[in-house]
Amino acid sequence: MSLTTSRKNELNALCNKFRIDLIELLHSIQTGHPGGSLSVCEILTTLYFEKAKVDPKNPKWPERDRVVLTKGHAAPMLYRVLAEKGFFPVEEMKTLRQLNTRLQGHPCALETPGVELSTGPLGMGLSACLGMAIGLKADHIDSTVYAVMGDGELNEGTCWEACMAASKFKADNLIAIVDRNHVQLDGTSDEIMPLGNLAEKFKAFGFEVFTCNGHDVEALSDTIDLAKAVKGKPAVILAETVKGKGVSFMEGKNTWHGKAINDEECKLALAELRGEK
Amino acid sequence: MSRSLRDVYGDSLLKYGKENKNVFALDADVSGSTKSAVFGKECPDRFLNVGIAEANMVGMAAGLATTGKIPFVNTFAVFLTSIGLIGARSLSSYSKLNVKYMGAYGGVSDAFDGPSHHSLEDIAIMRTLPNFQVFVASDEYQTDWLVKNAIDVNAPMYIRLSRDATKTVYTPDTKFETGKGKVIRDGKDATIIACGVMVGQAVEAAEALAKKGIDVRVVDMFCIKPIDRELILESAAKTGAIVTAEEHSIIGGLGGAVAEVLTSGGAKAVQEFIGLQDQHAECGPYNALLQKYGLDVSSIAAAVEKAISKK
Ligand SMILES: Cc1ncc(C[n+]2csc(CCOP(=O)(O)OP(=O)(O)O)c2C)c(N)n1
Ligand SMILES: [Mg+2]
Repeated sequence: MSLTTSRKNELNALCNKFRIDLIELLHSIQTGHPGGSLSVCEILTTLYFEKAKVDPKNPKWPERDRVVLTKGHAAPMLYRVLAEKGFFPVEEMKTLRQLNTRLQGHPCALETPGVELSTGPLGMGLSACLGMAIGLKADHIDSTVYAVMGDGELNEGTCWEACMAASKFKADNLIAIVDRNHVQLDGTSDEIMPLGNLAEKFKAFGFEVFTCNGHDVEALSDTIDLAKAVKGKPAVILAETVKGKGVSFMEGKNTWHGKAINDEECKLALAELRGEK
Repeated sequence: MSRSLRDVYGDSLLKYGKENKNVFALDADVSGSTKSAVFGKECPDRFLNVGIAEANMVGMAAGLATTGKIPFVNTFAVFLTSIGLIGARSLSSYSKLNVKYMGAYGGVSDAFDGPSHHSLEDIAIMRTLPNFQVFVASDEYQTDWLVKNAIDVNAPMYIRLSRDATKTVYTPDTKFETGKGKVIRDGKDATIIACGVMVGQAVEAAEALAKKGIDVRVVDMFCIKPIDRELILESAAKTGAIVTAEEHSIIGGLGGAVAEVLTSGGAKAVQEFIGLQDQHAECGPYNALLQKYGLDVSSIAAAVEKAISKK
């Protein structure tokens, strides 16, 4: 077990704070995507606060690990984590989605410190991550590229093109992490586009496959270590999650993919996250 | 209050699609946004949600068209005309397959999602495809006609819609015709040729200019292709000053199409271009974006005065 109990508690407390801030923020601006932001919370928190080498003072540090949010609509959670990490002031979060902000509706790598790739259109991220992985290897830089993907995103054929290529080019510095919440936009994965046995699919595409509870920071941390140890091929972590995690009326509901939160819902959600009910 | 064009689209697709059993609707996991779900709910046998897979969707649509179906493919305009482009070009355009490309959330109407979701190149891209007809919906009644016309006419089409409501400029019984622009308001000093949400803005700009004694013609060029050469050249001859106004890049869209006509027709008229000035926009409230990027009433009015001053 890689994490001490106190570290685990710290990370969980961070996640809880991020969720609370996310709900307050999305309620106040009446736009943005709650479901996929809540499901990816532990994944991003574990990466940025435990596993990924990054330097907020030097966001373009060449030796850094690359964390890429290929499911760009979860930008609010990415920004919240980056802000806590020190890439920009937490105060700036309130400019999310507003005119003149650095915090665009979907991540923009040009302006936002810590954002590695402009994403939003799904299905392009893994290819870019593979390019990063190959480029880093060419420069003999020992860094890992983490591609944080949606499961609905895997509907896009390009993801599988990238998988074939990652396998061909033996990208063992590439780790895909799938936020496997079983829900996309119009419905559940099974309703909209069944993904079948994802583990077997990735295996058939030449990946080393790991599965873990995507809301358990310790499991995530341990699994990332295992994935990093893989040599000669790419790895994928199927992180089992719940869309809308932490807010019971949002959990597992595609309708909360991108819906505005009203006053009553905000109150309920905050009470639940603060353990007041 | 007029209705959002996407709501009108959803209802019209259901209304006309129910009558014609060859109509199919395909969507790429955004049917709640595009409103193709309205049709999907009532006609589930002719509704195919293919998941987040636009390239696959347009390929399937082409195949359906070869069997005599009339497939409407639905997703955000930006994804449809980029990821869906190879199908549009190689399948629909090249072999004249009867596929209807319905570009939801045109322009910056998906305002808060930001530039990754704005569609500011789609008109330019789609009008270069041979055999395609290209339309931009400007109001609710026209949107209804566009859907009916798309079912009635056998041709690949790109139809750009909007997430939002636009100013209503027509009545339920207004008649439209492919290749014919609509003169919404006549005038002699300048002509604003607009499409989409900009038509309503152009009318307001013309009204404001009228108070200053400037008499402006407003044309709704909702059919970008085939374009109404006659009306453009006649407007140029009559007013000598043209302002094109579109929620699109100034490169290659309506402005480009009009400029091609003016030049090749030997028109003696100046042209000013209202649109995105070769840049990405940003996220923010829709009206604030229209204003900041010069797509508002006062920018159009200023462009008209500038065009007149150059005559
Ligand atoms: C190419 C493309 N098509 C459609 C969309 C619209 N869209 C945004 S999020 C989403 C659903 C994503 O589902 P998933 O990847 O499972 O993300 P999560 O459940 O983690 O939110 C869709 C269809 C998009 N952003 N990009
Ligand atoms: Mg999902």
